[in-house]
Amino acid sequence: MSDDLFNVFVDNGLVFAFALIGAIMFVAYLISRYLTRGHVHGSAIAIVLGLVLAYIGGVHSGGDSGIADVQLFTGISLLGGAMMRDFAIVATAFGASMNELKRAGLVGVISLFVGVILSFVVGIVIGLMFGYTDAISLTTIGAGAATYIAGPVTGSAIGASSEVITLSIAAGLMKSVLTMSATPFVAKYIGLNNPRSAIVFGGLLGTTSGVSGGLAATNPKLVPYGALTATFYTGLSCLLGPSVIFLIMRATFGV
Amino acid sequence: MVIYGVSLLAVCTIVGIILGEVFGFVIGVQANVGGVGIAMLILVLVIDAFKKRGRLSMPTQDGLSFWGAMYIPIVVAMAANQNVVGAIEGGPLAITAGVSAVIAGFLFVPLISKIGRNRKDTYDPGEDRRIL
Repeated sequence: MSDDLFNVFVDNGLVFAFALIGAIMFVAYLISRYLTRGHVHGSAIAIVLGLVLAYIGGVHSGGDSGIADVQLFTGISLLGGAMMRDFAIVATAFGASMNELKRAGLVGVISLFVGVILSFVVGIVIGLMFGYTDAISLTTIGAGAATYIAGPVTGSAIGASSEVITLSIAAGLMKSVLTMSATPFVAKYIGLNNPRSAIVFGGLLGTTSGVSGGLAATNPKLVPYGALTATFYTGLSCLLGPSVIFLIMRATFGV
Repeated sequence: MVIYGVSLLAVCTIVGIILGEVFGFVIGVQANVGGVGIAMLILVLVIDAFKKRGRLSMPTQDGLSFWGAMYIPIVVAMAANQNVVGAIEGGPLAITAGVSAVIAGFLFVPLISKIGRNRKDTYDPGEDRRIL
């Protein structure tokens, strides 16, 4: 009997995920209203609760998909997977203004290039500080500081060791998790309150999940603008990493 | 009908992702280049065209806005899927690199946002006479 009941949740994974995420949102908005008196946005708390669940799930199962690795919660991986995420991000464009996008077009492109190069530089400097001196490892760590997809793509293209690739993925994950949770708290200090700065933010930070989560928790109206530039970031990093940046690094540090 | 809105959204998403794949292949990158961003631009253009012709009924718009509103719950589910343990177990190098990249990004937001902001948004007739 208890097995049958358990299977109801597993067989209806996506439906159960709707119910569960609704409950998390409800709890998050209660915490927002009564514990923070509305100072911290409910969405921000909901995202942090999601990350806490992901941590608990990861410790419990030893897998790498957060709470979705626990059999009861596999539906979460469908609702929160790349397919639904991309579908919903595109849907947010329904509320975006054509004029705002046009006006910030150039600054969006600038922010993308600055963002990618900045992340590589930061990653490379940190790599040097931790004692890596070869061009391959440094470039891979730099790519990881861009996004957790750019790290392994760049690393395998230029032949980095598997531990360096793992490090680069972890750096990218850290960036994504921190962007998701910290953005609502720093938003007002960096002027993140209009479409233009959201486009710049998306281009500079670039982690699609981090940017879209962070903006959702700050002000949902800003999501389409940030997401638009962020979705070009990983591609640009994968383009520049193994080519231009690696060549510069090889000329500077040798292989 | 609501499904028209959902279907329009799906077509834009798939076309955008396909173009992102093609673009990635052409420039020799093993990643989708801007697929979702291209899809968003297509959707904005298509909606603009439909609205001008008055061809976007309320139920169709409901089909679109529902998924836009489901965005935050989907992001919460996405957060619950993240490899948080992996991020923390990456050790001090991974944590320092990730945290520094985020701080650097935050610091540059106000700087880059300023670029071109002072330029007038209104049409300047003098631009026609300027030598390019």
